[in-house]
Amino acid sequence: MSGIAMPRPDAGILARAPQIVAALREVLPEDAVIWDPEETRAYECDALTAYRCPPLAVVLPRTTAEVAAAMRICHEMRVPVVPRGAGTSLAGGALPTADSVIIATLRLREVLEIDTQNRFIRVQTGVTNLSVSAELEPQGFFYAPDPSSQLACTIAGNIAMNSGGAHCLKYGVTTNNLMGATVVLPTGEVVELGGPEMGPTGLDLMGLLCGSEGQLGIVTEATLRILPRPEGARPVLIGFDGAEVAGECVARIIRSGVLPVAIEYMDDVCLRAVEAFAHAGYPDCAAVLIVEVEGSPAEIDHQIARIREIADALNPVEFRESRNADEAMAIWKGRKSAFGAMGRLGDYICLDGTVPVGQLPYTLKMIGELSRQHGLEVANVFHAGDGNMHPLILFNANKPGDLERAEAFGNDILRLCVDVGGCLTGEHGVGIEKRDLMTKQYDGPDLEIQMAVKDAFDPRWLLNPAKVFPLDASQPWREEAAAR
Amino acid sequence: MTPDNPSRAGLSPASEAELGALIAERFATCQPLRITGGGTRVETGHLPGDTLSTAAISGVVTYEPGEMTLIARAGTPLDEIQAMLAAEGQALAFEPADMRGVLGQGGTPTIGGVVAANASGPRRLLAGACRDHLLGVRFVDGQGRVLKNGGRVMKNVTGLDLGKLLCGAHGTLGVLTEVALKTLPHLPDRCTLGFHGVTVEEAVAIFSAALATPFEVSGAAFRDGSAWLRIEGLGPQLGYRRDRLLALLAPREAELLDDAATVDLWRELRDLAHFAGADAPLWRVLVKPSDAPATARALQALGGEASLDWGGGLVWYCGPGSPQAVRQVALHATLVRRGGLTGPAFPPEAPAVARLSAGLRQRFDPAGILNSGLMDR
Ligand SMILES: Cc1cc2nc3c(=O)[nH]c(=O)nc-3n(C[C@H](O)[C@H](O)[C@H](O)COP(=O)(O)OP(=O)(O)OC[C@H]3O[C@@H](n4cnc5c(N)ncnc54)[C@H](O)[C@@H]3O)c2cc1C
Ligand SMILES: Cc1cc2nc3c(=O)[nH]c(=O)nc-3n(C[C@H](O)[C@H](O)[C@H](O)COP(=O)(O)OP(=O)(O)OC[C@H]3O[C@@H](n4cnc5c(N)ncnc54)[C@H](O)[C@@H]3O)c2cc1C
Repeated sequence: MSGIAMPRPDAGILARAPQIVAALREVLPEDAVIWDPEETRAYECDALTAYRCPPLAVVLPRTTAEVAAAMRICHEMRVPVVPRGAGTSLAGGALPTADSVIIATLRLREVLEIDTQNRFIRVQTGVTNLSVSAELEPQGFFYAPDPSSQLACTIAGNIAMNSGGAHCLKYGVTTNNLMGATVVLPTGEVVELGGPEMGPTGLDLMGLLCGSEGQLGIVTEATLRILPRPEGARPVLIGFDGAEVAGECVARIIRSGVLPVAIEYMDDVCLRAVEAFAHAGYPDCAAVLIVEVEGSPAEIDHQIARIREIADALNPVEFRESRNADEAMAIWKGRKSAFGAMGRLGDYICLDGTVPVGQLPYTLKMIGELSRQHGLEVANVFHAGDGNMHPLILFNANKPGDLERAEAFGNDILRLCVDVGGCLTGEHGVGIEKRDLMTKQYDGPDLEIQMAVKDAFDPRWLLNPAKVFPLDASQPWREEAAAR
Repeated sequence: MTPDNPSRAGLSPASEAELGALIAERFATCQPLRITGGGTRVETGHLPGDTLSTAAISGVVTYEPGEMTLIARAGTPLDEIQAMLAAEGQALAFEPADMRGVLGQGGTPTIGGVVAANASGPRRLLAGACRDHLLGVRFVDGQGRVLKNGGRVMKNVTGLDLGKLLCGAHGTLGVLTEVALKTLPHLPDRCTLGFHGVTVEEAVAIFSAALATPFEVSGAAFRDGSAWLRIEGLGPQLGYRRDRLLALLAPREAELLDDAATVDLWRELRDLAHFAGADAPLWRVLVKPSDAPATARALQALGGEASLDWGGGLVWYCGPGSPQAVRQVALHATLVRRGGLTGPAFPPEAPAVARLSAGLRQRFDPAGILNSGLMDR
């Protein structure tokens, strides 16, 4: 276990574990409460696997009422609750503490309503992101946010993290596509926020909820905005001999009025790894952009012509168009296998800072310098159109001290992102991973007001402990809550 | 409604720091403030306290067309911002309205007022509301603390999203001092399809058919028996989309408006020119589009007229119906022009939601001095 501290578990709660489990069993079906250590181990971590801790118990409800019943008991017995979807968080957002009960919404898997006339779908939040779009396919609609983890991650986790994906340059992230939510508050009370109308008329509590990382309530149902499927989409690949020109090309495309659905960036380290792994036939150069546009064939041709004009002025090493589905797939193949390819090179940490698009070249250069300073290799593969960087820091988990070095390097990169006008996390969330860096982006009072918001929803401070807010900053709040 | 009190003091701090000090003092003495940006709205006239104007906290901080970001102080006139963006071929995609005509007010709309009201015009249908384009805020809370949230980048999930909360809070949680917004390229070509002599049911059917296509209809509004669809595009997109939509909606005959006529028409629709000049109460009603026809008919049965925007998702009702009668027809109805009506302008919230909102207000504005009672009474 490494650098990030978690609070010491409450011995009183641990001692009451049998009573807590018994109380949960009283209101939930037999198979919905797990506390056998063999079974709870499966929930000891999320995708930030360096940090692990089995919870006191795991609750797997099937309905909003069951979630509410479990919440009520945890509230009455003052037991911390960790909400969980599929556990693909890269930030340790779903990491349990030993004295917490996990309430997972994984089994709430029903599609409740599809309304193409009013352009929404209503689901229970345990459905996976990909299954929502699959559900809509026969009607010719889709749900836009598409995290790369979409096969596994759930709508619950997407809402809690305000997740994005390759298509969010054009269609926005989760918060821009969420219309309503059913939320179980820490007391067990159920509230409806938003709905199929284009609200809100009062305070935007749903907007606040989205991206709140399980700090305010457990989301059990969601109304999502759906869009008609585009007629077609086609990518182009553009290779450059320098990171700087590639960054310039991104800025010029953005400015031109062509609105691609995606602009993805890969640097030379990543390109070489991808070539060795997937043989995608990418050019051997400093940086590659993949730009995808949508529309009818004629519209696509027109947009690609505009992009070519912009790129040509910057002397690309290569401009590759896809003329058919196979060629399009070949262009995406390397990008899609990038994370797998990087995994071949060793262990890595995936960062997620965002910088203003104009700062991309400078940031890339500085990351290169930091890489030399820390003596660890880094690869860059990311959503360039919105400046959301994913530097992958390579290290060797078996080498003592290497993870700590990688974490220190990562923290330096995130500080750099903030310094150039960006932020610590673009789509993965703060979780435990960036919790202690929050003071880099926010001053004391900025964090105080956020904690005051948490306090309004969760006056006992039981939901998702030790995430998002630095422990020393939240301590007075937690102490006051314990005394209430 | 009590008429505006001429004896109240007018305060106009020149900087964020000055504003912070002023509110801190008011907090200590529990003296309420009535916040105005450009003062183009009358809604706060009945509130107690001195008037606090943000007009002097003005000016564009940065505008980066290549990054599609604008940072401006809250009191910056909307006109100034729009002209600056237009010079770079960009715009605020959520198309905020200029409601001076319909509200019979003077003043200059400010960007802070737009954000505080989450003001969003016809293009919300396609591009989202103001809140979807807000990247970050600076504001002063009810204790006088100068605070920030979010930033200036497109993707940011660092901590709780308080921008969403401030946007549409109508100044009840804090006074905005600076806002960062996403800008978008203005598509160069537009046209409009007009369908005349249609019922409200037919209008919503036209909208639903058009909005189920991938042709990115950027406006779908109905008034006086005419349904309008706005199409925008780049190069060959425009003609292609127009022809496909015409084919889809055939055999209905459509009038075709060119670029200039399109700009004029949608400005009128956006600013509710059809309800300007009158002084009957004006209501803004949010419904599921498929409920719009029944809602519009029920409202018109109370007397007056209704028009639609957002493909039916927004019903404007101008007429003499009483608040009770209007709210019986429509749950999500906000009174935008009082026209002599008293009572709450905002619809009541469900009890559990109201408790959460009250808890938030208590923490942002513990002394209840910022536009006190505007949204929750
Ligand atoms: C290979 C890989 C690729 C990824 N790619 C992307 C990407 O492209 N874009 C992106 O944005 N993210 C990406 N992620 C991160 C992750 O998939 C997202 O954060 C995802 O939304 C998490 O969903 P989940 O269901 O796994 O939630 P979990 O990991 O279980 O939980 C995530 C957070 O949500 C909270 N939570 C879970 N359920 C609820 C609930 N019902 N109510 C309230 N809070 C709840 C948890 O407490 C936790 O804080 C990737 C992860 C992996 C492993
Ligand atoms: C109920 C309602 C519905 C509306 N509906 C629409 C609509 O559908 N479409 C549309 O385009 N526009 C709409 N508007 C927008 C509105 O008409 C103006 O465009 C906008 O408020 C800007 O004008 P202003 O600067 O003159 O603000 P003002 O009229 O001065 O203020 C508007 C509101 O915002 C508050 N406010 C102003 N500045 C600040 C600040 N810096 N910080 C905090 N609070 C501040 C005021 O207290 C007041 O409550 C609506 C407004 C209201 C109140």
